[in-house]
Amino acid sequence: MGLKRAGNQTVLFDNPPVILSSYAVVGPKEGKGPLGKTFNSIWQDQLNGEKTWELAESKMLQEALQGSVKQAGIGKEQIDFMLAGDLLNQIVSSNFAARLMALPFIGVYGACSTMALSLALGSMLIDGGFAEHVLVGVSSHHDTAERQFRAPTEQGTQRAMSAQWTVTGAGSVLLGKKGGGPRITSATIGRVIDYGETDASNMGSAMAPAVADTILNHFHDLQCTGQDYDHIASGDLGTVGLALACEVLKQSGVDTGTEFTDCGVRIFDSTQDVHAGGSGCACSAVVFAGDLMQKLKARALKRVLLIGSGALHSPTSALQGESIPGIGHAVAIEA
Amino acid sequence: MPNQTLRKPAISISPEEYKALAQKYTPKPTFTKNILRAFFVGGLICALGQVIINIFSGIGLTPKEASNAGTAAMIFLGSLLTGLGVYDEIGKFGGAGSIIPVTGFANSIVSPAMEFKREGYVQGVGAKLFTVAGPVLVYGIAASIIIGVLAYFLH
Repeated sequence: MGLKRAGNQTVLFDNPPVILSSYAVVGPKEGKGPLGKTFNSIWQDQLNGEKTWELAESKMLQEALQGSVKQAGIGKEQIDFMLAGDLLNQIVSSNFAARLMALPFIGVYGACSTMALSLALGSMLIDGGFAEHVLVGVSSHHDTAERQFRAPTEQGTQRAMSAQWTVTGAGSVLLGKKGGGPRITSATIGRVIDYGETDASNMGSAMAPAVADTILNHFHDLQCTGQDYDHIASGDLGTVGLALACEVLKQSGVDTGTEFTDCGVRIFDSTQDVHAGGSGCACSAVVFAGDLMQKLKARALKRVLLIGSGALHSPTSALQGESIPGIGHAVAIEA
Repeated sequence: MPNQTLRKPAISISPEEYKALAQKYTPKPTFTKNILRAFFVGGLICALGQVIINIFSGIGLTPKEASNAGTAAMIFLGSLLTGLGVYDEIGKFGGAGSIIPVTGFANSIVSPAMEFKREGYVQGVGAKLFTVAGPVLVYGIAASIIIGVLAYFLH
């Protein structure tokens, strides 16, 4: 059997896995944003009756996972694997959600790129013949991220203009071997790229070279260009990172085609005081599971390239002055 | 047709060039706005403190007693506003103007106390209470000892 690979970093699926359903749950701020109408469920507050923010995040992920299983209309016993990840230490939100789902569980960590990475891995499991159905989900929560990565939420400080706002939400999709729906045709697994950014409040700048590198390699591996896609969306580069990624690609001679946007730029608008845009695992996950999936299903978009972007640092490494390594994983989805 | 040739594509930019580019695209802090807001918010907090001290003097406290009572009242106010979820909004607007006065110090102790209560009173509140204010205390006390020793020998 020949390798299902193209070029350096890209995998091609012989029988492209189908996205049978998707489900997005978000917090109140995201619900009030420009994409508010595209989400399946909007929470009225950050806790939704839970004792802690961590439990709230995990519950949000459960809601998204259960939502996509229900929408696909298949029994839970038909699901072979659950892939999930989040930003918290030891990915507890996912672990706790997996405890409830009681499915064979693979925990995934790719920082904010986890959705794209999980889509790629889930597709490999299905096309590799290891699974019929794979459930994918990721979550992030503004307050759990703030207290783990930054400062207590009630502390009165000013955020940098380049800082991004962690999205409170959870996104889930159910992948299947057969059925109707948009298909994942290829995936490009990114390399860890570090151009020396040390400012943890400028994550867009830390991740932009990695996203640019993945896009460049995706195009090179598949001998395609930006014109082959209707919509190219990075995960959470924000306004600063998106501008930098565009500039780096331009200097490297890559044409990104007509529409290169960023989920973090789209999820909030300028009146919501988030500075450079949204971030977090849920950022690209809810925009993909909501807006992009709706457009793909309606065939308003035919070919989408989603590049999850992740900043692979920890609060400890940042305090020790280490630079922030970035990563980008790309998945191509066709309606 | 998929490409089967291996390695080469890499973005054409050096770390130095990227650093310059990143600096160009990263928005600068709004210094003038921040300084003006800090000046007025800080001034307002101090003026309020003075009013409270004057009231305490008016009801018969000595200047030293009134000053201590005024400070305590401001700490109470800072803590209360933190608990009500207002002080972080003031801080976002006023910046250094609301961080430096004693109300800001109260905020820096009460906010971790609130934040870490869920991890319990010993390992949570007790252990994390000074995560923000700790450095101020450590270096504040160290500096006061050094200055005290210097003052002792210079006089």
